[in-house]
Amino acid sequence: MSNEINPITYNYKVVRQFAVMTVVWGIVGMAAGVFIAAQLVWPELNFDNQYLSFGRIRPLHTNAVIFAFGGSALFATSLYVVQRTCQARLISDSLASFVFWGWQAVIVAAAITLPMGFTSTKEYAELEWPIDILIALVWVSYAILFFGTITKRKTKHIYVANWFYGGFILTVAVLHIGNNLAIPVTFMKSYSIYSGTVDAMMQWWYGHNAVGFFLTAGFLGIMYYFVPKQAGRPVYSYRLSIVHFWALISLYVWAGSHHLHYSALPDWAQTAGMVMSLVLLAPSWGGMINGMMTLSGAWDKLRTDPILRFLVVSLSFYGMSTFEGPMMAIKTVNALSHNTDWTIGHVHSGALGWVAMISIGATYHLIPRLFGVKEMFSISLINLHFWLATAGTVLYIAAMWVNGIMQGLMWRAVNTDGTLTYSFVESLEASHNGYVVRLIGGAIFLSGMLIMALNVWLTIRQTSAKALDSVPAQA
Amino acid sequence: MTSFWSFWVSIISLGSIFGCLWLIYVTRKSQTTDTETDQTVGHAFDGIEELDNPLPKWWLYMFVATCVFALAYYVLYPGLGNYKGMLSIELEEGSVPWTQVNQWQKEVEDAEAKYGPIFEAYGATPIEELAQDAEAMKVGQRLFANNCAVCHGSAARGGIGFPNLTDDDWLYGGSAEAIKATLVNGRMGNMPARGLNPDMTNAQIDDMVHYLLAFSGRSDDQEAAERGAAMYQTACAACHGPDAKGNQAIGAPNLTDNIWLYGSTPKRMKHTLLYGRAGVMPAQSDRLSEEKIHLLTAYVISLSQK
Repeated sequence: MSNEINPITYNYKVVRQFAVMTVVWGIVGMAAGVFIAAQLVWPELNFDNQYLSFGRIRPLHTNAVIFAFGGSALFATSLYVVQRTCQARLISDSLASFVFWGWQAVIVAAAITLPMGFTSTKEYAELEWPIDILIALVWVSYAILFFGTITKRKTKHIYVANWFYGGFILTVAVLHIGNNLAIPVTFMKSYSIYSGTVDAMMQWWYGHNAVGFFLTAGFLGIMYYFVPKQAGRPVYSYRLSIVHFWALISLYVWAGSHHLHYSALPDWAQTAGMVMSLVLLAPSWGGMINGMMTLSGAWDKLRTDPILRFLVVSLSFYGMSTFEGPMMAIKTVNALSHNTDWTIGHVHSGALGWVAMISIGATYHLIPRLFGVKEMFSISLINLHFWLATAGTVLYIAAMWVNGIMQGLMWRAVNTDGTLTYSFVESLEASHNGYVVRLIGGAIFLSGMLIMALNVWLTIRQTSAKALDSVPAQA
Repeated sequence: MTSFWSFWVSIISLGSIFGCLWLIYVTRKSQTTDTETDQTVGHAFDGIEELDNPLPKWWLYMFVATCVFALAYYVLYPGLGNYKGMLSIELEEGSVPWTQVNQWQKEVEDAEAKYGPIFEAYGATPIEELAQDAEAMKVGQRLFANNCAVCHGSAARGGIGFPNLTDDDWLYGGSAEAIKATLVNGRMGNMPARGLNPDMTNAQIDDMVHYLLAFSGRSDDQEAAERGAAMYQTACAACHGPDAKGNQAIGAPNLTDNIWLYGSTPKRMKHTLLYGRAGVMPAQSDRLSEEKIHLLTAYVISLSQK
């Protein structure tokens, strides 16, 4: 104990709650994904039931994976990292409690209202206005909790992971409130205050930054703590952190309009979206380099530590999808890729390869520490999970690449008389095999999550394990 | 946009890119070393230290290269407010600045020049002749697959609510002129609920179903069919004709041929009588050229000649 008179203790309760829910919501969200992937192979699986139809379960899948699974991972890690790197306890235990239970209430409300058909129709922002207000309240509380703790820090500087978490928290607040401004007409129905092209631009400004800030900046925060911690190595370059942080956050907010290439959006806005997306390549890779190079001098640990493997492979997928993204933002490439399965593949190389894998790695790092045991119950189960996750991701994205490029080429193929060579249905028939492979990949990834749940449960129920609420800061 | 917004867009666009270049420049300038180092920057957080390594050179060059590309793109293409960009496109009307609309126009003109003559030749050929021309019908089939098959099915056999085009039963007539008129202007078929008798009771609707089923020998209640026949003359005959053989002038289907647009089960027939139907064939004249409609007409005729 560092200070006998006034010992600092950390609030681990909220971290523990969110860490466990990361696993739970991961399974729920991915199971929903596997279910709708199966519907695309066998459409009969909607059982002619409105509550099980693709159009209603798909937003449930995306919301569950992004906000329930990804969100819980971000809350758990950020509230853990901010305490440990600032050497300060969260400013309020009751506010932390509110953030946890409030966020769970949002998720449950989403899980009920989306299958019922309540939707604002905006992708990744489908939830109706009463739930949006609850999200805003929880998010502002989270911001107060996080930044309040930073102001109480015992360290002189603010650690780089906290810059990314901070950027993510502030921007998501602005995005969520900006895009969801709407006029309520009934308890569960509202109309956006924007219309036409402006509405579309607002939506994709939000939509792309849900990717950029929620799924990238926030998860880079995870990377900056858990990679050096797990590797036991210093971060590769502080300078690189500075350049890529500021460039990343200032460029990402521009990129949304690349979702609206060749649309009613004015040319200048399309140009901005494309150009800024391309310039974003180097800042994105800055994070990957800083994470990867942190391992230099510790590469041998990859042979024995599957948690580190999760973290490193997640960085490889991050590098791959942040190369793919700028390429797809180029108008000529986008003209081929738009509306095809390539987009779905791109999203999942980010969501499965980067977001899920780094969350899983961080959760395996956290669970033993939050329950006062030395390590996870089974290291070999972590290793098995790693291979299932990697194989599942590769199958998934390869299937979607093949499907996407094939669809794009089929849609634009013309005969010598100028008529289209293929009808839409023919491209759909040709996609069937890819959908089967995607379903297999998704199911493999999900099976890894079930093994994780087992391993976490076996870790927690050990006699030596006890849920830690308050932990003294180490010197 | 107004000159204020034009200025604003230009400033923040260029500002973002030059801001990145400035950031790279000052960070690089303050580097203590050009090679990898073990030196940390001196702070530690929960045991994590940070090295003072320089920016990787290849990464730096890549960053600068993308910024240069961005600036070049801004010179060539519209992006900086009202600035139109240096690129131009040669259209028939002359040289115009690059815009996505002009790019599209150019592609349309190119396609027109390349494929126009093929369809002009088809347009000048009589429909009956086209319907016998295997090559032309191949083209017609492709047009059908991408413009008509969504409703009528890729084999043109239709579905519930969408007419079968292969059976020589025509709602609006099967002559070349009638089919072409259907394609050009579209059709709106309207079957009012309870026909022309809003007071028709549900029991009378059941009778009517028996009357209609009797045409194909499917009624098992002759009395009901006879009651239905009496009601038919007052509520239905005005459109479907006294002999129930329909009226192509208004698209009223023949009820005696056991071809049912909205399904042949008594349940579906009853639904039609209870709630009416509204069938829409969308007009194609805004979507397809005259020549293509001409060719499609021949294709549709060829379907029922097989």
